[in-house]
Amino acid sequence: MIDPERTRPAPERKPTLAVWKFASCDGCQLTLLNCEDDLLAIAGSLTVASFGEASSEVIDGPYDLSLVEGSITTPADAERIRRVRAASRFLVTIGACATSGGIQALRNFGGDLAPVVYARPEYIDTLRTSTAIADHVPVDFELRGCPIDRRQLLEVIGAFLRGRKPNIPAHSVCIDCKRAGRTCVLVAHGTPCLGPMTQAGCGALCPGVGRGCFGCFGPAPGWTFLPFGPAAPARMEAKHDDAR
Amino acid sequence: MTHGSRLRVPALTRVEGEGGLEIIVSGGQVTEARLDIYEPPRFFEALLRGRRYTEPPDITARICGICPVAYQMSACAAIEDACGVTVPDPVKALRRLLYCGEWIESHALHVYLLHAPDFLGYDSGIHLARDHPDIVVRGLRLKKAGNHLMEVVGGRSVHPVNVRVGGFYRAPAVRDLRALLPELEQARRDAAETIAWVSTFAFPDFSRDYEFVSLRHPDDYPITEGRVVSSGGLDIAPAGYDRHFTEFQVPHSTALHSVLDGNTYLTGPMARYSLNSSRLPAEIAAAARAAGLGATCDNPFRSIVVRAVELLYACDEALRLIGGYQPPDPPAVEVEPRADCTGYGCTEAPRGLLYHRYSIAADGSITDAKIVPPTSQNQRAIEADLRAFAATRLELPPERLTEECEQAVRSYDPCISCAAHFLDLRVSRT
Repeated sequence: MIDPERTRPAPERKPTLAVWKFASCDGCQLTLLNCEDDLLAIAGSLTVASFGEASSEVIDGPYDLSLVEGSITTPADAERIRRVRAASRFLVTIGACATSGGIQALRNFGGDLAPVVYARPEYIDTLRTSTAIADHVPVDFELRGCPIDRRQLLEVIGAFLRGRKPNIPAHSVCIDCKRAGRTCVLVAHGTPCLGPMTQAGCGALCPGVGRGCFGCFGPAPGWTFLPFGPAAPARMEAKHDDAR
Repeated sequence: MTHGSRLRVPALTRVEGEGGLEIIVSGGQVTEARLDIYEPPRFFEALLRGRRYTEPPDITARICGICPVAYQMSACAAIEDACGVTVPDPVKALRRLLYCGEWIESHALHVYLLHAPDFLGYDSGIHLARDHPDIVVRGLRLKKAGNHLMEVVGGRSVHPVNVRVGGFYRAPAVRDLRALLPELEQARRDAAETIAWVSTFAFPDFSRDYEFVSLRHPDDYPITEGRVVSSGGLDIAPAGYDRHFTEFQVPHSTALHSVLDGNTYLTGPMARYSLNSSRLPAEIAAAARAAGLGATCDNPFRSIVVRAVELLYACDEALRLIGGYQPPDPPAVEVEPRADCTGYGCTEAPRGLLYHRYSIAADGSITDAKIVPPTSQNQRAIEADLRAFAATRLELPPERLTEECEQAVRSYDPCISCAAHFLDLRVSRT
């Protein structure tokens, strides 16, 4: 449960940061270490209390800010996330695995997995599904992306330090792509593109290299393909002239 | 340590992914040394079945956030091999350039933030920065140069978006690559200083008789292509991999172990260097010698020096490739599936040999995928080294022995996130 005391003013001491990993590729944690210009400043504003990938020092909780990477795929992790929640004032999930189950959640749609057997299945203890952190415990903020964007991560940490709400836009990739003045790969080339319905944050990278968005940041609230007509997904397969 | 005792590190720190370590001492002998890998499996090989042959570069990148380019490059190599396509030289050169960025980013991370703190008695790079800010700033500058190179060529550094089967979606502009030159010149100076810095560390006197495995190319230090060779005389094309290398499951690891013709072997920077130091440019070979390296390296603790040498090589190679850059036109060649084909790809991830194999049906769907990451190959060598290393240090107090064993594991830069995702799935439907 969310600690009811978390709404109290921040204490005088430096707030503590913990970074947790569940089923994931480490890329979102790495994004924190990739804040090269700001890493030492972050380490100056927060006490890095538990960050196994980067430090051998572990300070016991509770923690003021927990960043959680990865999805829940084992019974042990389903228990561990409850302990993490109980030890955290603010819990922020970082990346697609933690916010939606990640690429390994493809297994959730794979039909009956029971017939899939391991060479030695008795050694493995895994759940049939890969699920988001919010499916297991209350989450205070979700940061999207596969991987998350470095600037958005800094915004979330900065907002936490100042006690304000993070300013993370919820519009679609399409808006950022238009603002960047890029040629629409969907309209001009008939290239399948999830930009109209994917939440912004990456900087419209894929249309920038001439390929369609493939949805790293997940669905944007309220955005659909409807502006492109009910047959848009089918039309995206069509040739340039047909797509007009 | 007493005669019968058990030393456990439940969670290794400063490694990528989730693993532990257990050493059992009985009758004054080390009877067991285990690298426990409990990172949850993600079943990529199973998820790839039925997907389009164009998808593995984007899907398998997600296996590892630290070396996504390695996965993209081995995937492309294997799929192009299956489809009978050889990409033109300008595409090869641009791939090598992108890969240099990943080597710089990954090696700088390991040398400065994960490994060097061990030699200097700090818990992390952040702790190290409190006393030696200039050194850590240099490491972060190097890491940033690698990431920046990956962003310009690949679109972003973690899970680049510009890589596709056959080449790239868009060739970077000459001016955008040229704009990287000052940062990479600085990175080259930083890398040279890194070699000098790490060569002053105190290395435990510990050597092992390894069978090294890496790629070998006729002319170049291996990154993107070559034959698979070993110090024991193996010399095969990637297509011969499965005839010599066997994977098997052990109870204490969610990552498969691997053997070469029944034997334990080592892949990674030490293997690459020991099998290819003659391919290094003279200036870099001289820097390696000045740092105390011979033509080979068999002390795992010294691998930090080899990584520093490879950092310098990757900076040098990136500068050379940008100097000779010709934008590939078109940026990608067409790759069409052939009926029921299988292809093999090996490249040198920062942590060592990364093997991909794909079988593709005539309609372009993947029917079978096999991926063998370097850390899973190295598990047996790591455990054998731990047994030997701990045996020479049983007189130490348990806490000290634990620290030293943890440091020994970190020498291999294990990437457990990579390794754990490859359980051998047999699908049988009843």
